[in-house]
Amino acid sequence: MSTFTLDDLRTMLREGAGVDDSVDLDVPILDIPFSSLGYDSLAMLEIAARIEQQLGVHVPDELVERLTTPRAVLEYVGRHLAEVA
Amino acid sequence: MSDAHRTEDSAGAPAAVFTGIGVTAPNGLGTEEWWSATLAGKSGIDFVSGFDARSYPAQLAGEVRDFDAGAYLSPRIVVETSKMSHFALAATAMALDDAAVDLTRIPEYERAVITANASGGAEFGQRELQKLWRGGPRDVSPYMSIAWFYAATTGQISIGHEMRGPCGVVVSEQAGGLDALGQARRVVRGGARLAVTGGTDSSLSPAGYVSQLPTGHLTTVTDPARAYLPFDAAASGFVPGEGGAILVMENGTTARERGISDPYGELAGYAAAFDPRPGSTRPPALARCIRAALDDARLRPEEIGVVFADGHGTAELDRQEARALAEVFGPRGVPVTVPKTMTGRLYAGAGALDAAGALLALRDQVVPPTVHVTGPAPGHGLDLVLDQPRELPLRTAMVVARGHGGFNAVTVVRRAR
Repeated sequence: MSTFTLDDLRTMLREGAGVDDSVDLDVPILDIPFSSLGYDSLAMLEIAARIEQQLGVHVPDELVERLTTPRAVLEYVGRHLAEVA
Repeated sequence: MSDAHRTEDSAGAPAAVFTGIGVTAPNGLGTEEWWSATLAGKSGIDFVSGFDARSYPAQLAGEVRDFDAGAYLSPRIVVETSKMSHFALAATAMALDDAAVDLTRIPEYERAVITANASGGAEFGQRELQKLWRGGPRDVSPYMSIAWFYAATTGQISIGHEMRGPCGVVVSEQAGGLDALGQARRVVRGGARLAVTGGTDSSLSPAGYVSQLPTGHLTTVTDPARAYLPFDAAASGFVPGEGGAILVMENGTTARERGISDPYGELAGYAAAFDPRPGSTRPPALARCIRAALDDARLRPEEIGVVFADGHGTAELDRQEARALAEVFGPRGVPVTVPKTMTGRLYAGAGALDAAGALLALRDQVVPPTVHVTGPAPGHGLDLVLDQPRELPLRTAMVVARGHGGFNAVTVVRRAR
């Protein structure tokens, strides 16, 4: 995979961590903190593991807590996908 | 002094009453569905369907079929938890709904959660271990850290319903479902206004099932109607099952204040006792445990209306239990039933489900049947309620549960006055 889009991330969240009943991922969520979307630190570790498995991009544990929004994740993955490719 | 111990002196303590029941059982999902199936003698024991067990020495199970966790739980919780917790969380929702309680009116530090668990999240753990061996540690879900262990269910109930009062898990194999009720009563007496209690288990994945084989207690009979026959001359072992029950217990005084005039019943007596080590000349602890539970309830044996027996399904343990019942109640001195002949043995779920059955027996004045048993072993001296339910006036019911390794627990429930 050479790009990683917001929809890819949405799919990853749905499959890896589920979606809280009160949350709609299909609205503009780029700058909504994951905590407001119902995702805790364990959920973010699960997403980080999936990014590594599916995209080959390593996300160090200590960085996970700083990737607080979908935009931050997309920017980080986008930057490193270029290196992997 | 007897080492079958009473939890504490009940003098002056408020009654601990049951106000809600939730059930996820192999022969019925939802309390009333399960109860009518149970009275109709409908069994949930069949060949294992979750995986191919045809090469296994034992091949039957009581599986909870057609259970859709997503119908009860948030998708976030479904991925974070194991099947044992799915059952408990669904049953908790049912039980709280049944209790018709507005939790916002009970301070969060007076809401308790005490569940029992014996097997952990076997199916979740197996899946993650397979990922570990296949792909390495980075493939293991971080949820493994919270999903598999005994306290996972209590933790998720506590988080989900903001219950910050006393929370704990009891691990005493099959006796746990009753030990949890005893502990719940203790925290209610200690000031908790409401306790979510009971137990569930699920270890019917291949690894979970195999781990039950070494005891040699699982039956190798493959006819679902002839496999698990407690107290029968043809007893050959038991069938394992999954699921259980969650009960809402409340302080009887505050329950009445919120308008509950007719709870299912009261936890009137509880006792636990541990068997002597193998080879000891001392007798098994069960008779002592039964007497201690009666003492705790301040009841005489003749005041007990029915006994929901443990019914292990192996000759020696059946003999021990029959002897203890005959010793306390006299030969054929009390009606005895084993509705778990319709579910298999549910480990931590068993005592809780039998307690639910006992409470509904008090409500409906009927004893559910013991199915499949056609040739009770001579000499047991039990008045077994066999293939048909038996209607009779009931004010009290006793539940017995015994766990592998020497655990015994006995509870007495009584219709609330």
